[in-house]
Amino acid sequence: MISANSNSSPTASGNLLDVHDLCKYFPIFSKGLVPKRIGEIRAVDNISFSVRKGETLGIVGESGSGKTTAARSILRALTPTSGQVWFDSDLFGRIDLSQLSEKALKPLRREMQMVFQDPFSSLNPRMTVGDIVGEPLVIHGMGSRAERRDLVASMLEKVGMKAIHMQRYPHAFSGGQRQRIGIARALIMRPKLIVADEAVSALDVSVQAQVINLLQDLQDEFGVTYLFVAHDLSVVRHICDRVAVMYLGKVVEFGPTEAIFSNPRHPYTKALLSAIPQPDPDVPLRPEAMGEIGDLNRFAGMDMTPVFHPE
Amino acid sequence: MPENTDKAVAPVVDNVLEVDDLCVSFFTEEGEVKAVNGVSFEVGRGRCMAIVGESGSGKSVTAYSIMRLIQSPGKIVGGKIRVFPHGQPVIDVAQLRDKDPLLYHVRGGLVSMIFQEPMTALSPVHTVGNQICEAILLHREVTPAEAKNQAVQMLTRVGIPNPEARMRQYPYEFSGGMRQRVVIAMALVCKPVLLIADEPTTALDVTIQAQILTLIRELQQELGTSVLFITHDIGVVAQIADDVAVMYRGRIVERGTVRQVIKKPLHPYTKGLLGAIPGLAAPGTRLPTIESVLAGRDISRPMPLLTAPDGRLVALSDTEIQEQFTPAIP
Repeated sequence: MISANSNSSPTASGNLLDVHDLCKYFPIFSKGLVPKRIGEIRAVDNISFSVRKGETLGIVGESGSGKTTAARSILRALTPTSGQVWFDSDLFGRIDLSQLSEKALKPLRREMQMVFQDPFSSLNPRMTVGDIVGEPLVIHGMGSRAERRDLVASMLEKVGMKAIHMQRYPHAFSGGQRQRIGIARALIMRPKLIVADEAVSALDVSVQAQVINLLQDLQDEFGVTYLFVAHDLSVVRHICDRVAVMYLGKVVEFGPTEAIFSNPRHPYTKALLSAIPQPDPDVPLRPEAMGEIGDLNRFAGMDMTPVFHPE
Repeated sequence: MPENTDKAVAPVVDNVLEVDDLCVSFFTEEGEVKAVNGVSFEVGRGRCMAIVGESGSGKSVTAYSIMRLIQSPGKIVGGKIRVFPHGQPVIDVAQLRDKDPLLYHVRGGLVSMIFQEPMTALSPVHTVGNQICEAILLHREVTPAEAKNQAVQMLTRVGIPNPEARMRQYPYEFSGGMRQRVVIAMALVCKPVLLIADEPTTALDVTIQAQILTLIRELQQELGTSVLFITHDIGVVAQIADDVAVMYRGRIVERGTVRQVIKKPLHPYTKGLLGAIPGLAAPGTRLPTIESVLAGRDISRPMPLLTAPDGRLVALSDTEIQEQFTPAIP
């Protein structure tokens, strides 16, 4: 099912990804012998945004805001309930990913890869680093054994590791090195889009700085586009060109990073930014948000219409 | 405060905790690992001291040693950990036997602890009320009814709405932020002289973190409890601490007030740690890493702490300290 607009010229808008009215609902079933569907959780509720080629788009929000579900639905790790995800593919032109079959998706998976949060659980402990990084090549049937080995070696060097590390197992590496392995695995297919889901959250600040620098260097070299899902707002401010702020499954504010950080207009964004502890004892913390996510009284009486900053 | 402990002068400052030359080693199959190697610091009464460092720097092992929670193959191999209770004799925690009744008095009574993941500190099979009452009944001679009363008061104080009903609920019925409030209530209900907080907000969202930090700050001022705060987040340190110790490879490399250390770091490792925070660098630029700040300098060799002209302690040579305090010639 290869749909619409089959001419493979780049889209007029220059967007790599156009997300329209994306929804992902999870059903709730009743307890008992014959479970009945009694409702649904709207994890992602009607979100729309676009991602330009070569930019880094940040999705920020608290746990439960739907940022990870949104990213996974775009990449089709989850099947969206409704909505469209237009992806500008090299192979098929502009194509809607949202309702494609697994079989139709497989060739497209080369063009989009993922880097996960936890470098300990996302690498198979029984595979060598060479096998882990080379596995996408095997799955897509690319190259001979020797060619694959050379590619893996050169990719490991690109992420700051050595070719001799190929024979070792993940346990021999530190958290930062494992995250480099995860990045090498994502990059080996030369994807157009990398979804980084909390890719630096589990790392110490000095290691985090190295991985952030690496991600930026690789973007300069390969022109890859990042969808960067994170809860750490200072990391997002540092590397993202534009930001989508999510709250309760909706995008509440969207725009260029500096516009959002220097002039937040949505009450939720203001509350979120006010909660960042500044590394300066003379800038005291004055959190505006009270209560927890999902507490609907949290912003009682406030105007919750989404804000879209002009470019 | 210059601290050459050999002097026979009584301490002018009122401290609740003095850790002196603490050494903790783990005896693994590969040999002895010195996790904490000669750490000394003190926590003043009513003050908040933060220990900051990366994973493996020994900050958590230091905290666990104060509670004597280091388990085999780990062992406290040297040093003193002195706790100063109100109007009672000084207790050296490092010298107590494992089953000493005094140790049980220290744990939870004089010194209490909150952890990163509240679920590990709470029992999933007991109600929240029972768990808080247990802490009171262990350390205070009160009736169960009075204990329950105190528990409700404490839950109210940490901001849990409808505390009577919440007492009968189990931890799984609480959200992460609310669980951490329960743990704080449990830790403070016996009015300890020192609260050790080991990364208490790391697992929480930034908005909840802000609320928990504010709560700890308020309770500290209200109850006069001292706090030893273990964290890797410089932002949190700047917001909550009065004094800071920076740990690296089992040693303290810099120690002073929060303004001294964060506003004008002297040690290259502290500079690197501060430089690597994305919030302080201009967006889009390369972040300085500890390696780039050190520029090939070897800081792994242990150095004694020297007193800088502004009173802080730093593991640098005298000339290096002087260089940083010499005013630049215009």
